[in-house]
This record gives sequence, C-alpha cells and structure tokens, in this order.
Amino acid sequence: MSDLVLILVTGLGLGALYFLAASGLSLVYGLMGVLNFAHGAFVTAGGYAAWLTMDALPNSLGVGVRLLVAAVVAVLVGAVVGVVVEVVLIRPLYLHHIQQVLVTVGLSLAAVAATQGIWGADPHPVEKPAWMAGTVELLGARLPVDRFVYVAVALALFAGLVALLRYTRLGLVIRAGVENRTMVEALGIDVRRTFTVVFGLGGAVAALAGVLYSQYAGTVSPGQGGSLLIYAFIVVVIGGMGSLTGTAVAALAVGLVQQLANYYAASGIGDLSVVLLLALVLLLRPSSLKGATA
Amino acid sequence: MSRVSRMTSSPGRRSLLRVVPPLVLLAVLAYLPYLPVELPGVLPGRVNGPGSMQLLATCLVFAGFALSYDVLFGRTGLLSFGHALFVAAGSYLLTISLSAWSLPLGVSVLVALGGSTLLALVVGAVALRVGGIAFAMVTLAFAQAASIVVLRDPGGITGGEEGKALPRSAVPDLLVGVQNAPYRYWLALGFVVVAIVVVRLLVASRAGHAMAAVRENEPRAAVLGISTYRVKLLAIVVGSFLGALGGVVHALVLGGSGPHLTTSEFTLSLLVMVVLGGAGRTWGALLGGFLYHYADARLTEASGSGLFESLPDGLRSVLGQPLFVLGIFFVLVVYFAPAGLAGIGGRVVRKAVRP
Repeated sequence: MSDLVLILVTGLGLGALYFLAASGLSLVYGLMGVLNFAHGAFVTAGGYAAWLTMDALPNSLGVGVRLLVAAVVAVLVGAVVGVVVEVVLIRPLYLHHIQQVLVTVGLSLAAVAATQGIWGADPHPVEKPAWMAGTVELLGARLPVDRFVYVAVALALFAGLVALLRYTRLGLVIRAGVENRTMVEALGIDVRRTFTVVFGLGGAVAALAGVLYSQYAGTVSPGQGGSLLIYAFIVVVIGGMGSLTGTAVAALAVGLVQQLANYYAASGIGDLSVVLLLALVLLLRPSSLKGATA
Repeated sequence: MSRVSRMTSSPGRRSLLRVVPPLVLLAVLAYLPYLPVELPGVLPGRVNGPGSMQLLATCLVFAGFALSYDVLFGRTGLLSFGHALFVAAGSYLLTISLSAWSLPLGVSVLVALGGSTLLALVVGAVALRVGGIAFAMVTLAFAQAASIVVLRDPGGITGGEEGKALPRSAVPDLLVGVQNAPYRYWLALGFVVVAIVVVRLLVASRAGHAMAAVRENEPRAAVLGISTYRVKLLAIVVGSFLGALGGVVHALVLGGSGPHLTTSEFTLSLLVMVVLGGAGRTWGALLGGFLYHYADARLTEASGSGLFESLPDGLRSVLGQPLFVLGIFFVLVVYFAPAGLAGIGGRVVRKAVRP
C-alpha cells in the first residue's frame, strides 16, 4: 500500500513536469503550427540559468531563497530566448512549416553542442533546499516533498494559463487564432505579435520546467532538455495537439503509467509502455489528434 | 516545342552524358585503395592508408544512410524522425544474430534485413494513421523506445552504453583487421552503389511517380485515385530496407553496433545531411551524408590540432563541437540555399553551360 502511494505521488510529480514541458509546446503548436524542436534547448537554458544564478548568489542567503531567485531569472531568460528565436528565426519562415521545423532542429543541435562546449558534457550537481529534499508521512508512506512542489507549480500554471486564455484579450486572440487564424487576421488583429508573445510564454514555461527538472534529477546536463522533450512530444500528441486540458490529462496519464509499469513490471518497461500508450491512442482515436481548440 | 525536339534529337548522347560521369566517379573511388598519395589536411595519412580508408568507408556508409532517408523525406515528403530506428535495427540485429544466437553470417544478414523491414511495415502502418507534424512526433517516439531498449541492455544482448562488438570468428577474415581496411571500403562503396540503383529504379517506376505526386500535393494525389497510404508505406519500407542494409554494412565496417545509432540526435542528423546536400536529389543526399560525416570527424580533429589556438577560450571550446558548427551551417542553408549544396552546384553548372 505504502509503495503504491509513493509510486502514485512520484507519477503525479513526473506528470507535472511533463505538463510544464508540454504546455508551451502545445500552445505554440496549436496557434502557429510550429513543431518546436528547440523547446528542449529552452528547457536546458532554464536549468543552466538557474544553476549559474544559484552559484553566483552569496551563500549567506538560504538555498530556498537562491532557488527562488534562480527560478525567476531562469523564467526571464527563457522568455527572452523564446522571443529572440521567434523574431529572428521563425518569423521569416512564416507559413513554411517544414522549414520552421528544420530551423529549430538545427538550433537544438547547435544549442546542445554549445552547452557542451562551454560547460562540459558532464552533469553538474544542483543544490536542493533541505525542506524539498525531506519527506512527509502520508497513508503510511514516506513521500518526498519535492513531488508535491512540482504538482503545485503545475496546478498553478494550469490555472494561470486557463485564466489567461479565458479572461484576457490576449487569450481571446490565442483561442481564436487556434480556431481559425486566417479569420482573425482578416478581422484586423496582428496575429504575428501574438505569435511572439506565445513563443516567449512557451520559452518561459519551458525554462521553469528546466529548473524543476534539474531539481528532480539533482543535476544539470546538456542532454537534459532533449530527453524531457521526447516525453513532452508524446504528451502533446496523446493530449490532442493544441489543447491545454488534453495536455494536462495526457501528462498525468503518461507520468502514472510510466511509474506504475517501471515498478510493477521492470525498470525500463515504463518508458516503453508510454510509447505503447501512444500507439494505442493512435490506433483507437486518430481523429482526436488532428488538432483541437485551446 | 524546341525543347522537346532537342530532347528527342539525340537521346543516345544525352543518356550517355547521364551515365558516364557516375561510372567514372565510381571507377575513381574504386581505385582509391591503390593510390599511395598524401593529401595533407584533407585525409589522415596516405589515401590508401588504413586511417583514410576507414574514414572514407564510414563517410560512404553515411552517404548511403542519407540516400535511404531521402526516399522518405525528399522523394515522398514524409518528415520522419524515426529513421534511426531502422538503421539501428539492421546493425543490432546483425550483431545479435552473430554473437548471441551464433548464426552464420549469411543467415544473420537475412535476419537483420528481414526483421528491420518487418519492423518498418508495422511501425509505418501505425504511424501513418496521422499525417504531417504528428507523424514526425510519433516516429520520434518509436525511435526513442528503441533507444531505451538498447540502453537498458535486456539479457545482455545489446551491450548497453558500451555497444556490442562483432565476434571476430563469425566475420570473414577479409573484413577484419587494420590491413584489410580497403576491403571494408569496397564493401561500403558496394552498398552505396546498391542504394543508388534501388533508388533510381524506384523513382523511375510507377510507384516512384506516385511518391512524387504525394509529395507535391497529397489531396490531389488522393483524388486522382492514388492510394496515398500505401504509397507512403512503400516509401517507408523501401527507405528502411536500405537504411537497415546500411546498418548491416556499418556494423561490418566498424566491427560492431553502438547505441549512438539509436539516438534521436542521429535521426536529426540524417535530416540535416539530406537538407544540406539537397533533398529529393540522389547526388544531393549522397553528398550531404558524405560531407556531414567527414566534417563531423575532421572538425573534432581540427579542434584538437590547435587550429583555433588564437581564439579566446569560450569560443574555441564551442567551435570545437562539430555539431555546433554543423547546426549553424544547417540553419544558414535552410534560409539561403533551400535546395542544398546540390542546388547550388546545379545553378553553377547551368551558368557555366549557358552564360
């Protein structure tokens, strides 16, 4: 019983991380039709920005405070990187979807190589606040606190994004743009500016995912973003591309399936069962993948 | 009208012009192992030395990989991120058949090719239920699953991160050892020739025309009565078969299988090779694959040789990463030369012929 609780909570925590990584990807895809391979680079950028900030801040500050500042810095860095990539690389190739994918592929390869060149290929350990590294007793199981932090952040982000989409003018434009971009343009709204904002938002969220993922892994490494990106892709496809609620549900399902299979079958089966889940969804409900409303 | 008459007036000469240069190139390439010349800076040591032969053999195998991927991407317009799966399947099935199951070489090659082609049929049939970008993501996920399996090393048959070496006794003596590098080079050259012949036959066939139709306008091809699903599946199966054949040759040339063949990075690099060289052109894909691997191998060496000595530390360590240079170069090609190196070459040739 206590094992099951631990696995469920870990699965939820992992699902939360997947949601963080996938939500930006899903929004960008839903609105712009851009499959952003550089999203993994945004994740890595966030992780490294947080790590460097935490190292640079004086030790007299507590680890928790430094982590908080680092997270803010990372989110800003992610947003700036996202905006710059959109304006410089994506915008000139407007409506050339394949070329946009190719450019982000090149960028992701170059970014991983550059990270490796500057900070080395080896993982660097990241400090973790003592309270996050501790455990709490719940239903007879000792549960790591950090899992709850991930879930809380993901829930807050989900609520924030839903509120943004539902109650703001920007959200209205995004929702309308996902539905019918041509019509929105015809109504005289500058969708391109919205693209830039959404890309920056995606970068910021990805960077936040990078910070939390480096906390989860205990290290930062150049390939980290790429490995998280694969699961983010799977989540986006299962969740119906462009749908925020679908992404959240899919992220939870993927996290839980992965953890349960890893524990009850064998280590490594979890990753495979996620791909199997994807294949099942494709076979049973291919129509749900053609895109959805935000 | 004049264009048509010009084409029909001298069909013999035109087809001769198409056939002769490749044959001359093939003869030159096949003769390289007899060429004891040094090309300082271009190749390590003599051209027919073991170092150069091994490098050229691997470059040729990568040219073949790129050509096999071009069947999907350049010829049919399928953006697949799972092609590494089939290359790795060919390589690993050969190594496993030889080492774990102790099959003879001929049977092992058949197992590797048959198994990979079957895998391509199944994965392709599932993945093709979605189109466009979703197809790319799904194929990526399948390839990633294979990568995980290989790294977990089930039952010790894949060797995990270390990879698995071919058992020496199972491979003909001609393909083993430093002094036999020319034979491995000819093997790689043979693979490229087979790949070119298969791709040219496919492109010229009815199926090849259907593939081009799907690439140019899929809804229109469907309206014309072409079964686009079957055409795309055929492209995946043929491309994967050639990729698996390349995997087999790769394993024989390098003496084993490594997990780098299964990574998503390798899949992405296949895409980079094809676009760099020129998608949808036989010579473009071959050139892209060859140059990509050559640059990858030589840039690593250049960074170690002190070529960037005068540059500041940070810049030097970044430029020492071949993938950084290739990634940036790739982005530039996508922007400024969408038809790739073959496109640039074609323009130069046309200008030279008709100034």
